[in-house]
Parts: sequence; C-alpha cells; structure tokens
Amino acid sequence: MLYDIFIDPFVQMYDMPDFFLQVLWEGFVAGILYALIALGFVLIFKASGVFNFAQGIMVVFAGLTLVGLNENGVPAYLALILTIGVMGVLAYGVERVVMRPLVNQPDIILLMATIGLTYFLVGFGEFVFGGEPKQMITEQLGLPTGSTAFEIGERGLVILQHIDIAAALIAVLMVAALGIFFNKTRIGRALRAVADDHQAALSVGISLNQIWAIVWFAAGLVALATGIMWGARSDVSFALEIVAFKALPVLILGGFTSIPGAIVGGLIIGFGEKIGELYWGGLVGGGIESWLAYIIALIFLLFRPQGLFGERIIERI
Amino acid sequence: MFYREAGQFKTSYKADQALMPILQDRVGLAVILIIAFAVIPALANDFFLTSIMIPFLVFALAAIGLNILTGYCGQLSLGTGAFMGVGAYAAYKLTSIFPEANVIVMVLISGVFSAAIGAVFGLPSLRIKGLYLAVTTLAAQFFLEWCFIRIPWLYNYNASGAIEVPHREVFGIVASGAEATPLARYFIVLGITTVIALLIANVLRGRIGRSWMMIRDMDIAAELMGIRPLRTKLMAFAVSSYICGVAGAMMVFFWLNAAEPSSYSIRLSFQILFMVILGGLGSLSGAFMGAAFIWILPVILKFVPGLIGIDLAAETIEHATFMIVGALIIFFLIVEPHGFARLWQIAKQKLRVWPFPY
Repeated sequence: MLYDIFIDPFVQMYDMPDFFLQVLWEGFVAGILYALIALGFVLIFKASGVFNFAQGIMVVFAGLTLVGLNENGVPAYLALILTIGVMGVLAYGVERVVMRPLVNQPDIILLMATIGLTYFLVGFGEFVFGGEPKQMITEQLGLPTGSTAFEIGERGLVILQHIDIAAALIAVLMVAALGIFFNKTRIGRALRAVADDHQAALSVGISLNQIWAIVWFAAGLVALATGIMWGARSDVSFALEIVAFKALPVLILGGFTSIPGAIVGGLIIGFGEKIGELYWGGLVGGGIESWLAYIIALIFLLFRPQGLFGERIIERI
Repeated sequence: MFYREAGQFKTSYKADQALMPILQDRVGLAVILIIAFAVIPALANDFFLTSIMIPFLVFALAAIGLNILTGYCGQLSLGTGAFMGVGAYAAYKLTSIFPEANVIVMVLISGVFSAAIGAVFGLPSLRIKGLYLAVTTLAAQFFLEWCFIRIPWLYNYNASGAIEVPHREVFGIVASGAEATPLARYFIVLGITTVIALLIANVLRGRIGRSWMMIRDMDIAAELMGIRPLRTKLMAFAVSSYICGVAGAMMVFFWLNAAEPSSYSIRLSFQILFMVILGGLGSLSGAFMGAAFIWILPVILKFVPGLIGIDLAAETIEHATFMIVGALIIFFLIVEPHGFARLWQIAKQKLRVWPFPY
C-alpha cells in the first residue's frame, strides 16, 4: 500500500516519460483554461469587489450565442462580432439592472445576485438557442484543428492538439493585453483607482458606472475567448458550468485580486489535478479530479489564508 | 392598532422571558399550527401533500439548518447539499443494518453523522473567513458527492448506484417505502420539523445562540469577551449539519423514496442558500417563507400556462421558470436585501401604528 502511494507513481513517471509529458501537457492546457475563467472573475472582483459567480455561465452563454448565430445562417466572423456586441449589451444591462441598485450591499447579497444572474442566463440561453450540446465552429473561425506527434525516446509519443497550442497563445496574448490595458491606458488607470478605493476614485471624477460596464464587458470578452477554446475541445453545452466551479480553487490559490495569481493558480491546479488523477486516482477508484483541486486549495489556504498573490487582510477592532 | 403590545403587562420574569411575549404572536402561531396539523390534512389531496407540503417542510428545515450557520454564526457555506446527503446515506445504512428499529429514530440519529462530518469541514473556519470559506465548503460538497458515487458500501452495492427506501412501519403504520400514505409521511415530516424548529428557537435565544451571534457580529471582540471561537464555530457547524442531515434523510425517506448522488448536488446547496437569503438571514420564520417562495413558485409557474389556456412545451416552461426565478431573485435582492422576514417586520410595524403612518 505504502509502495503504491509513495514509490510506484514515480517509478511510472520515470519509466514512461512520454506518458508523463503527455500528462503534463494536458495539465497545462486544462490549467490555461481554468486560468482564463479565473481571469474573468478577477477582473470584476478587482474593479467592484463583486464575486461574480456568473462568470462560468457567461462562458457558456458566449459560446452558445456564437454557435447559435452561426447555425441560424450568420457567417462565422460576423457571428463573432455580433457575439461581442451581445456581451457588450449584457455588460451594460448587468451594470444598469443588477449592480447599480445593489451598490454598498454586503458581499453575500452581491454574490447571490450573480447567482440569480446565473439562473437567468441559463434559462435565457436555453430558451433562445436550445439546451442540446452544440459543435463549436472551430474551422470557420480559422482556428487550427490538426495535431502533431513528437517522438520521445525510442517508442514514446506525445501528441499536441493544435487548438490547445492556439489556446495557450491566446491566453498569453490576452494576459499581456490586459496588463498593458491596466498599466498604460487612461481607462486602465481609472480601473485600478476604482479597485483601490471607490470613494477616492469618485472624488477625482471617475465614473463608477462607466468603469463597471467596461469591466463586465472585458470579463465578457474573456468569457467569449474561453468559450471558444473550451468549446473547440469538447462541445458547447451547459456541462461547462461544472468547469467554472474549478475556477474557484484557482482563485483562492492565486488570491482574488491578482491577475498573475489567476494564471499561476490555474497552472498549479491544472498540473496537480491531472497528475493526481492519473498517478494516484486509481488507488481510490478514480474520478478524484472532481475534488482534488479544492483539497489542494484548502490545504494551501491553511498556510496562507490570503492566497499566493492576494492582499493580506489586516484585522483591527 | 391591530398589533398592539401596549397594555400587555408582564408580572413575572417567566412571562417576560417567554418565547413569544406578545399575545398576538402566540395566537398567530397557534393558528398556523392548527392549520398545519388539522386543516391541511383534512382538506388537502395527495398531490398537494406530496409535491408541495412535504418538500416545503423538508426544505424549510434545511433552510433553518443553513440559517444557523450563515445567518446566526456568519459562516458562509455552499456545502449544504452534501451534508443533507450524508444524513440521507447514514439513515439508509442505519435502517439496513437495524431493520427492526423505528425509522423516525433512525432519521434523527442519522443527523449525528452529518454533524460530525460538518464539524470536520468546519475546522478551516478558524483561519479562513468569508468568501474563501465558502469556496472551501465546496470542497466538502464535491468530496462527499464523490464518496456517494465511489463507495459502494454506502448504497449497499446496488446495481443502480441509488439508494431506495425500504418498507418500514412505525407503530403499525407504514412510514416509509412506496406504500406509505402521503398523510402519514406528512405528519412525520411536520412533527419533526415543528419540534426541531421550536427547539432551535429556544437554543438561539440562550447562551449558545447569543455566542454565535457575537461571533457573527465581530469575532475578535467576541473572543476578547471570553467566547472561544473554535468551539463556538464548530458547534454552529455541527448543529447546522445535524439539522441539514435530518432534512436530507427526510427528503429521501418521506418524499423522494429513492435518491441518487446527484439529488444532493451543488444545485441543492444553492437552492437552500437562496431560501435563506430571500427569507432573511438570521430569521427562523424567514427560513419558512424562503422555502415557500423558492419551492412553490416554480410549481405554480409549471401549472399556470395550462390553466389559463396557453399550450407550451414542457421544455419552454422549464427554461422560462429558470429565467423568472433568476430575475425574481435579483428583484427581491434589490427591493429588500434583508429578505421576507424584514418585509414581515415592516408590515408588523405598520399594523402597530395604524392608522397613523408613524
């Protein structure tokens, strides 16, 4: 038993390096996608202190809108532009209808409001586009679909899907773009000001409402990119919602307010989950992917309650 | 005018510290209990009992459980569904091991297992607070759900992987299983819910309940005043999980008859959380009102289109229900973030000063 837990998995890793590399790659890709979802959370949390539970459903909703429009005869690129427009309308609507009347309410009320939004979007998405899973329009959007195999050692083989490489590249580009946006542009600086202190930002003439709408729109764009990438790997369906729950341990690992934290946390969870599942999962009957991420995050939190890059919470009486 | 406590003098400490010092409240409670115990069983048909009243009471009890943790002790939890599942599976195992024992007693005992597991998952609450804690309770949710699927011993190695409630009799009356009459189940559920609700109402105004509220309002100050945070928080987790466990056991034994692991998924946790928030954090009557709203509204929505002669596909109705419930949740949060309990309080205040505005 002890041998199975502590020695055998490492022997396997050494014996079959190609399999191990494949696992690492899978973990990397999963981690990138978790990180992308977490990124949407972080954007909104940073700028408004709202824990946006609806981010996961926004991913599904964006993917579904894109595919649904295409099914109804809209060309792929036009559908993409229209979907961006829909996410903009959604952002404006959420700001106007949900966030503005709830200013200054406690965290839990805002959290509940976003869960209410989740229900609404689930119903609305199914109402308009139907509930059955849909194929992502990968080729029409000009995304690569093939795969390349690399030989490792004598008989080993590692297969990389091109769409995964594209996903990783897009993630890197998006993080870079967000970094530039936050640090160099006027709106980005306003966003950071709002994140630091709502009232101080208001007093120097920054419009909170405008900032919130922009942030929700940015989160919507991140959701769209995530939806396309995830949809290309499997189908676009409401099962994706479960994936969104994986972004929560990523968030608490990285800290709620840190963009690099979301990326690093996503990668840790992605790697940890795949390695854990494939080398240790069999010992307890498999399927441990569903909770391993939470346990990793939980253990981690006991040592660093504010997450890797989170701001330290100082309590005073 | 209608609701006037002026003139009701208390002449003893006992009267002053009664659970309901005001006459109108006592009368109101008595009327509700009479309706619940006599009028509804006499008038209601089986459909009303099985698909509205029994689930409503079960959910109300679960909402009371979560309300203790979130509303009174301030610890946000998203693992309610799993704790209810623990109760259900424990009760199932207990009745299969002791087939002769009284099933009601087994349901009540099963809560103890749920309490123990709840306390274990409450351990991080000393170091982790707020939303971070909510995410760690998700660990409990997903881990326990996985256990229900992967540990065959829990469901007696059934081929279906689900738990099916066996036929059990209590004092010669069929209490559980497919043959049990809705009326018998209704009385059992109503009895358990009433007793636990009254017990909790008393616990909450005593030393234990007040120490929970101190932790909620400001934990550091409470600690300085001699409340031990770990013990108090763990007790809140244990009591809350006990009640949720009993509710979960009742859910499968007296309502569903059979349950799969997915019955106790995260969706159930959210449903209960909605009931607590919409009903009002930190209010027992709120738990009932929230449960009524969240459970009964979709049932009504399902039947309204048929009644007024609009023919819609079942799917469409389901999607529309999702949208309406989501929108109503947001609407109520905006209108009254403190929930129905607060609305009721406002109404009482209005009645108190009527016909003057204040």
